[in-house]
Formats: sequence, C-alpha cells, structure tokens
Amino acid sequence: HYAMKVKVLSRNPDDYVRETKLDIQRVPRNYDPSLHPFEVTREYTRALNATKLERVFAKPFLASLDGHRDGVNCMAKHPKSLSTILSGSCDGELKLWNLTKRECVRTLQAHEGFVRGVVVRFCGSSFFTIGDDKNIKQWKMETPGYGEEEEPINTILGKSVFTSIDHHHKDAVFVTSGQQVDIWDEQRTSPIRSFSWGVDSINCVRFNPVETELLASCASDRSIVLYDMREAAPLKKVIMTMRSNTLCWNPMEAYHFTCCNEDYNLYTYDMRYLDKPYTVHMDHVSAVLDVDYSPTGQEFVSASFDKSIRIFPKDGGHSREVYHTKRMQHVICIKWSSDNKYILSGSDEMNIRLWKANAAEKLGMLAPREKAAVNYNQKLKEKFQHHPQIRRIARHRHLPKAVYSQVKEIRIMKEARSRKERNVRKHAKPGSMPVVTEKEKHVVTVVK
Amino acid sequence: MAKSKTTRKKGKVTKMTSATVVVQGTEDDEEELHQALTEDVISASEDEGGSDDERKHCRLLEAISSLGGKTRKKLTERSEASIQVSEFTVNAEGEGDKINLSDLIGTLDKAPTALTATKKQLKNLEHNHTALDTPLTRKETEQIQRVVAFEKTSKEVSRWQSVVVQNQKAEQLVFPLNQEPSGPKRMEHVVSGWKAQTPLEQEIFNLLHVNQQPLHNPVLTQNEEATMKAMSLEEAKIRRAELQKVRALQSYYEAKARREKKIKSKTYHRVQKKVMRKEYLKRFDEMVKTDPAAALEELKKMELSRMKERMSLKHQNSGKWARSKAIMAKYDDGARKAMQQQLEVNKDLTMKLVIPTNEEDEDEVAEALPDFVNDAEPILDPINPWMRGKLSTEPAAQEESNCLVPPAAGPGDVKAGDGPDLLREEEEQVEETEEEAILRGFEERRKLRRAKDAVEVAPVVMEESEAEMPTGKKAEMVTIESSDDDDEVVEISEFTSLYRGLVKDHVEPPVEPPRAGADPCVSQGEGPALLEEGLVRVRTLEDMELLGQDVSACEPAPQTTQTLSTEQTEPQSATKQADGKRKRKKMIDPNEVLTKEAKVIKVPFAPTAVEDVEDTDEQRFIIKEAFAGDDVISDFLKDKKKQESAGMPKVVDLTLPGWGEWGGGGLQPSRSKRKRFRIKVAPPPPRKDQKLLNVILSEKRNSSVAAHQVSQVMFPFTNPAQFERTIRAPVGHTWNTGNAVQKITAPKIVTQLGAIIEPISREELVKGENQAVTGKSNLRSDQGPQQKRRSQQKKKHKHKKN
Repeated sequence: HYAMKVKVLSRNPDDYVRETKLDIQRVPRNYDPSLHPFEVTREYTRALNATKLERVFAKPFLASLDGHRDGVNCMAKHPKSLSTILSGSCDGELKLWNLTKRECVRTLQAHEGFVRGVVVRFCGSSFFTIGDDKNIKQWKMETPGYGEEEEPINTILGKSVFTSIDHHHKDAVFVTSGQQVDIWDEQRTSPIRSFSWGVDSINCVRFNPVETELLASCASDRSIVLYDMREAAPLKKVIMTMRSNTLCWNPMEAYHFTCCNEDYNLYTYDMRYLDKPYTVHMDHVSAVLDVDYSPTGQEFVSASFDKSIRIFPKDGGHSREVYHTKRMQHVICIKWSSDNKYILSGSDEMNIRLWKANAAEKLGMLAPREKAAVNYNQKLKEKFQHHPQIRRIARHRHLPKAVYSQVKEIRIMKEARSRKERNVRKHAKPGSMPVVTEKEKHVVTVVK
Repeated sequence: MAKSKTTRKKGKVTKMTSATVVVQGTEDDEEELHQALTEDVISASEDEGGSDDERKHCRLLEAISSLGGKTRKKLTERSEASIQVSEFTVNAEGEGDKINLSDLIGTLDKAPTALTATKKQLKNLEHNHTALDTPLTRKETEQIQRVVAFEKTSKEVSRWQSVVVQNQKAEQLVFPLNQEPSGPKRMEHVVSGWKAQTPLEQEIFNLLHVNQQPLHNPVLTQNEEATMKAMSLEEAKIRRAELQKVRALQSYYEAKARREKKIKSKTYHRVQKKVMRKEYLKRFDEMVKTDPAAALEELKKMELSRMKERMSLKHQNSGKWARSKAIMAKYDDGARKAMQQQLEVNKDLTMKLVIPTNEEDEDEVAEALPDFVNDAEPILDPINPWMRGKLSTEPAAQEESNCLVPPAAGPGDVKAGDGPDLLREEEEQVEETEEEAILRGFEERRKLRRAKDAVEVAPVVMEESEAEMPTGKKAEMVTIESSDDDDEVVEISEFTSLYRGLVKDHVEPPVEPPRAGADPCVSQGEGPALLEEGLVRVRTLEDMELLGQDVSACEPAPQTTQTLSTEQTEPQSATKQADGKRKRKKMIDPNEVLTKEAKVIKVPFAPTAVEDVEDTDEQRFIIKEAFAGDDVISDFLKDKKKQESAGMPKVVDLTLPGWGEWGGGGLQPSRSKRKRFRIKVAPPPPRKDQKLLNVILSEKRNSSVAAHQVSQVMFPFTNPAQFERTIRAPVGHTWNTGNAVQKITAPKIVTQLGAIIEPISREELVKGENQAVTGKSNLRSDQGPQQKRRSQQKKKHKHKKN
C-alpha cells in the first residue's frame, strides 16, 4: 500500500492575508526599474488626469454673507476664534458674523457715516471701531444681555477724521491714522505719541505682527513711512509713482511687507532696503484696494477695483489664482482666515463672500489614504508642470469679459511702451539712457 | 532794528525784550531772512564807528514801511506756555550778536555786597571765550534722529534673517509653529496664571508663604535649594563614586547568588547547607545570650517550619526515587544507606529541636547584600537626593576594594560542579569573609563620616575616587558612544545627501534671491506663475480635452531650442534594457534547468522555444517557407531607398520661358538661363541610418507626441539632462516603497485643521540664534522630516539585521 504523495504549490498565508480587514491589501511588488518600462508615461497620464480633475473640482466660492445695507468698508478677524469676523459698512453699521452658521449674530450702529476701520484687541475680548464721525469707540465682544443697551465701553472724540486703526499684537496700545499717526494707550483719551511727516493724510497704518513695535503707513502723498513706536521720529519714507492704498506685513518674515498700489500693482518691500521693492506683483487691471497675508506668510490675497480677487505667492510676480463672480462688484476689503483655509472678501454690493484659499481643495477631515493621494497628485502636478498640456490646463482661468479685454489692452500698452523705449534707446547716444528695471521704475525717491 | 542797535550802544539791557519784525512765510523765506539779518548785524558791528549810510538806509526802510498803509503782521515773541511751539515765532533777533557778561553783571552793581562772590565767578567766566555752537535747525536734527533710529531698527530686524532663510529652505514647514504639546500640563504652568481668591485659598497660601514653601515651582523648596547650594561639587562626586561602587558590589553579589543557585552538584549544596547551619546555630547561641526575645522569635519560626515538614511528604521515602531505592535496597548497600539517610533527615526535621530550616539558603542571598543599598535613608539631609548614600571611601580600604571591583570578570572559583568540593567550599568562605570585611569597613566609615566633617575628607578622597573609577572602561564607553554617534551622523548625512540629490531635481530650489533686472516682459514669457486667462469657462473633463487640442493647434512649429524627447528616449532605453534581459534569459541552457532531457519532437510547422535556440538553420528555413510569396528584405530596402531619396534635396527650377527670349511651343529656354535659374540646395547632413543596413531612422518630428513634449528648458533647470533625470525618477507607489513615496510626496506646507496660526514669535528667533551658535537645527519645521528620516534609517538597520 502506497500513500500517494502529491506535490503542490503552497504559500504562507501570512504573506498575503491581512491581519485585520482595515489593513490595506498587501501587494507584493518588484520595484526593479527594468520591469517598469513605462513609468514616465504612466505618471504623465496620471499627472494630466490630476490636473484636469483639479480644474474640474476648482469651486472656490463657498458662501455669501448678506445683511449689510451699504458697501462693506472694513473687516476684522477675531484673533482667538476662527468662526468670528467683524465687518463695518459705509452706513456706520457693524456686524458680527458666525462663519460656521453663515449668519449675522450681532448688529450695531457704530458710527454716523462710514465705519472706517475695525480691529479686535489681541485677546479677543473687545474691539475698536473708527468712523467718519471722528470717534474711536471700544466695544465688548459679547452681545449685551437682555435689557442692556448696545453701548461702547469707551468713546474717544478725535480732532480730525481717522482713516484706519490697528491694534498692537501684545500690549494695550493701538494706532490710528488720519492727519497724523497717533499711538494711543487704551487707558488714555489722548494719544501717547504722534508722528507726522508731511501734511498729507495717511490712509493706512499697520503694526508689524512680529517685531511688534514697528509700524508702517501709507499716505496720500504717495509715500510709505516706517515708524518705531519707541522712537520720537519716523524712520524712513519712500515715495512711489502712485499712491499705495493699504499695506500688510508678512506674519512670518519680520521685515517684509506688501503694499497695494493705485497703479494696479502690488509691491513687496524689504523694510531695510526701501530704494527698490523686493518683488513687483502684477496682474490686476485696476487699482488694488486691499491686501492680506496668509497666516503662513507664503502667499497673500489682494482685492481690486476690477471686481476680482487674486492670490499671489509672496515672491511670485504673477498671481496663481483669480476669483470673481458675476455679482461681485469692487472688492474693498479682504482677509485671509487664520487657519490658512479661507478667504473673505467684502465688496461694494454689500456682501461678504467666503472663498476657499485653495480652489480645488476638499474641505474637512481627510482619510490618510486620501491625504496620501492628494500629496501624490500635488507632487505629480509639480513634476510635470512644464509640460505644455498640463501647464495649459492648470493655468486656464475664466475671466469676465471686461477684465479680459482690459488685460489684453494693458498688455498691448506695455508692449508699445517697451518697444518705444527700445527704439529711443537704439537711437540715443550709447549709455545716455540707462536701463531702468521694472522694480526701480516705481520708486521716486527715498527720504531719510 | 536800528533802534535795538542804538540801545545796545547805550549799554542798556532792555534790548532783549524789544520786539522785532519777522515776516512769516515759508521756511525758505525764513532762512533767507535769517541770513540777511545776520549779515546785516555783522556788517553793523564791523563798522560800528560811523556808518551813517547804514543808519540812514535803515531809517529809510522804516519810513517806507510806515508809509505802507497795511502793516505787516507782527509776530511777538513767545509769552505764554503752550504745547505747540512754532519755530517761526521764536525771536531770532540778536542771534548773531554776542551778549557780554558785563551786560548781565551790570545790573548786579547796584545789588548788595552779598553777591560779590558770584560776581567774581562771573567775571572769571568772562575771560573764557569758548562758546558753544548754535544748535542745528529742527529739520536737520530730526533727520539725524531718523537716520540713527532707522539704522537701529534695521539692525534689530536683521536678526530675523537667519530664521527667514531657514524657513525658506526648509523642506517642510509645519504650522502653527509653536504648537503646545498635547496632554496634561505641568503643575507650575497651570498654577502660574492663577491667583488665590477664596478665603480658604488665601489661608492656604498664607501658610505656604509662612513655611517658605514654593508656590509656582514646586520642585524644590527654599530649604532644598539652600542645601543644594551648600553642598560642594566634590562632595557630590565622592558620594556618587561610593554609590557606584556599592551598586557594582550589589550586582556582583546578585550574579554570584545566581551562579550558586544554578550549581547542580548536590554535595556542594549539602556542604553549603551544613556550613550555614553551623553558622546559624552559632548565631542563635549568641542571640540567646544577648537578645532572648529575638531568639524566641526564631524558635517560633523553626517550630513553624517543622510543622510544615511534618505535613508534607518530603523525606518520607514515599517519592518515586525512594520507591526505586526501596526495590534496590535488598541488594544494594548504598541504596539502603541513602534511604536511611533520608529517614534521618526526616527525623531531624520533624524533631522538636532547634534546627535551621531550608528557607535559610534563600535568605542567604539577601543577607549577603548590604541592606542600605536599597534603603531610602533618613540621615543627614533628608531632602537632598545626593546625600542619601551613606558610604565613604577611605584610602586605607581603597586597595582592598580595588581588588574587589573587577570580580565581575570572574575568578574561576564557581565553575559548575566539578573539582574537589572541599576546596571550593574553602574558597567560598574566604571570599565571603572578604566581602564581609569590606562591608564592615563601609559600615565603619559611614559611622566615622557621620562624626567627621566632610571638609577633612574631601580633597584626598576625591582624587582617590576618581582614580578608582574604572577609567579605561569609561573611556572605552565614551569612545564607543562617540563612534556610534559618528556612524549615525555619517549615515544620516549620507542619506540626506542622497535624498537631496534625489529631491533637488524634483523641487524647485527654494526662493532665489530677487533677480535684479527681472523685466516684466521677460517674466511674462517665462511665466510659470502666469495664468492663462480667457473667456472660456472650463467645467468638465471634455472641456479639458478641448483645451488640450487648443494647445496642439496653437503650439508653434517645433522650436529649435534644445528639444527634449524625454518620453521617447526613456522608454527606448528601458526597452533596451528589457531586451538585454530577454536575451540573457534565452541563453540559459535548458539542460541545466530541466532535470530530464527534453524529448525532441519533430513537428515541422510548430516550432517550440527549446528547438529555436538549438537550430537556427531550421528556423530560417521555416521563415522562408512561411513568407515564400513575398520578399520582405527587398521590400525593406526599397522602402529605405525611397525614404533616402525623399530626404534628398531637389533642384528647384525657376526658369520662366519667354522672358527675354522667344516664347512659344517647343522652344526651350537657353542654357545660360537654365544655368542661372536652376538652384541647387546644399545636401542635408548624412542620414543616421546610413551605415545601419537593417534600420530606417526617421528624423521627422511626430506631431501627435510633440504636443506633449517640453520644448524649452524651464527655469530651475539649467540643462536638458537635468530635467530628464527628474522626469525619469518616478514618484508613485507603483515604483517606490511606501516610505519613499511618503518622503518624496511630503507637502511643503502642513497646516492643522482648525488651528489658528499665530505670527512667528520672538522665541523662534532665540531658537534660530541658538542654532546658529551650535549649528544644530531645532526648528520644528526642520525637525520633522529629519526625525522621520532618522527613524526610517533605524528601521532599515533592523531589516538588515533580520
């Protein structure tokens, strides 16, 4: 009697059976490159698909917060709460919004005339507003209880109209601009220090969030002035070809700030070298009205009179993104939320709009595999970004016709100008017409 | 003006109060006026004697000014205090004039004599002619202030440079930067921001205050801190050395006990027990004399053990061994003896007598150790952790102990159970006595130390203890450690360099310094950042396809600049490699692979793979037969020729019949004309397949592929090879291991969902500066990937070991 031996192929189940059903199926793979001759082509296809899908999913507009009865003139972020923003309108009304519910939680008549500026104290317990009625008012953040009247904690009556306000990031000190730059102690009714340099009114003044004693302002005499709160006199002044509307400091780089100009451009300066901007950011086709940095300091967003919002990398000359909707009019104020995810824009037609900072990003928690896929796709797009098909798709944006034609026109004008300059130089005495770079063009002089 | 001069001549002091006329105007006017004034004054003082012309002129001016009906606005000097002082209202009259002290002293003449001292002083001063410079104008001083302030702040701000650059270069930035570690906070952090409010709390805090207990930092009380300060470093070192030694001893004893326990020899254990018993008895006798109570206790214990023994079946000759012995006992004397012995043992144990129990041998191990090693000790400073050990070393006992420290290396005394037992026993005893001596020495010294002052011992003992430390060993350890570290560092650096090499090509070099002359036009052309904006709204994938077609339509004709054909070259090379492999595979000898010789089956029209290799002639024959009808080779050659001829330039004939000649049917243009207007084009460079007979190489650009190809070397890359390399390295998990993919695809910026990102704080700056000093990167942003990498490497090592 023979026991028949049958040889069979056998595998150890440990090699291919998952320990739990939540584990990913194990795929035994040979990574030998010679076994994968088409890796580049396959990745290219993946990159192409990823780019296309990104554009398909690029839906940046999230919500519109309506309720104001006049154009939104200013906004402020809450330093401690992501879901709260404040907005002031041209009829003196101030609204507090809850972003998660997308509704207005409190309305108060703050001023007569425009609310020119609003800023939340660094602790988030109260906020300051200024208005055309020459008042500075401090309000509690909490809604007054039943029966209590909506009244400011403090009111300071100023001598002249204030144009902007900003609060120190650590101390109980705030700054206003108007005829001069005034630095106020919260406890006093008169400024503890005033800076003035020249007679023109000052549009905007901002504290440096990193080196908290530094300030920068832009005035209607086309100048940007730097101040140190501890010094008796301003530090330096640079005069540009056109007026800067507002400016914003980079929250991660102490010496960089970006100002938005009437000449459709934004300029990033290194405050130590004011004779030439560090970068010129162009793409807007009308005056740029407001700018705000992303909290990571890598990008900033700008609001323009051309009814669009653009996102620029901090050192890129051109925007990476443009947002617009049919109903959005001149965008007056803009804010980048402090979790780096959203952008808020306030515009002329009384609405505040909530946008995604990354148009195609999926909101909410991502599963680890989703995250990995997103990272991989991002990497692919980056890797193949120079390939014409991918570049074309990734960069394609829809523009309203007005802006589109304006862009074209501006391009033609620029070309014509440069052509003319070239021609003149060609026929001038060699060396008599030095080449002026784009950066140098916009600075008139630096005043010590 | 003139009036004031005259008054001064008269020597009156009223001059100072006299009003002057200053025309208010712009700053420039003001300055001019000042100049005019000063000149005027100087000239006046120069020819003081009799410049009648001057005086007349002044009068004339006065007269003229008075004639004008509208008098100019006069600004009086400052008379009342105000915050805002205009520089224009300050009296500039007499700026250039010198005020003589005599003018001031003049009034004093009438004063009483009490002031003579001051008068004298002032007169002395009069001889000093060093005058101060006039202060700068406000404009100038402000400018200077500004310049100084700006320099100061810009220097201050420049401290951030290193941090900024570091962040720009970082492979990954994790925001928020200063994340607080999750989990429970330390007590002092919680308490620091809290104040006692209720009366109870206040009472408690008062108590704490009275007892000088720490409130915010409960780690050390003030007393503790004081003691910390009081103890010298040397003392601490001595203590540490002692403790080290004791620990070494302890471990030695433990090891010894373990060894003994393992010894299987019964005789050894028997002897051992006997010795112990003896000793025990001795001790017991002593105890009876000295401490009867303790002796009673011992007795009770013994009784208990006896009872246990009685209850158990041990030594009752009922075990397996005993039964076997019982069988053998009839014939074997030895067995009988053994049985009897056991019975005796039983008797002994169960007898109501004072006899040591079995448990003692277990106790022995513990007894051998000095108890205080493990005890927490309440002497000296109860608080100070350094003062806990009791031992001290003395030079006398040092040598003794020195010879004992290394025994871990093992004298061969306890080699498992062979050799004469007695000898071993003796050795053991000697050893034990030695150890006991040491311990006793320690004990004594401890007592001594208690009495003595630490100061006496300190210097000598310090040296001793240091010398006594197993220096060689320590040095070895250190070197090992350092070499380990080095290895790690080297590995890491190697790895990072490799990784960077890999990644450098993927990732754009982080943030170039501002390109100085970056013209907008140029940047537009370059424009990876530039959006292509249009009126078309792209919503679906189909739209994308259309976009793609757009490209191919609007893509300019193949550009001459550095054309890259990455996709073409890459797969080719890959396939070549694959081919090579296949060939190699074919070369494998089937005789080697197959155990049985394959039967050659002769089937003419169905060739097998094995056959093919062996006889190529047959294959050729088969192919010939299969393609009998058509001549493939000649077709191919024809094709090639056709291609060649198509590529050859043709003569262009531009002759027009009839021009300058007779025209009409059948007439040919003249030879000279034909020569002139037939243009020969220069021959193209030789074809690449000229020498390859079996190949046609087409150098035409494939337009369908061209739409997907990169035509220019883009910014971060400097040459096509570089670009190709980056493209060739795959990123996905199909071609890379999981870890590698994770590393390669790690995003540059990581943010936490719902976390507020605060601006960078000054603490980061301090960190950055520290890094600059130590050359070590501690920044979160840098640390993340590095740590990851390190852990991965460790994993790798493990794998290798496995």
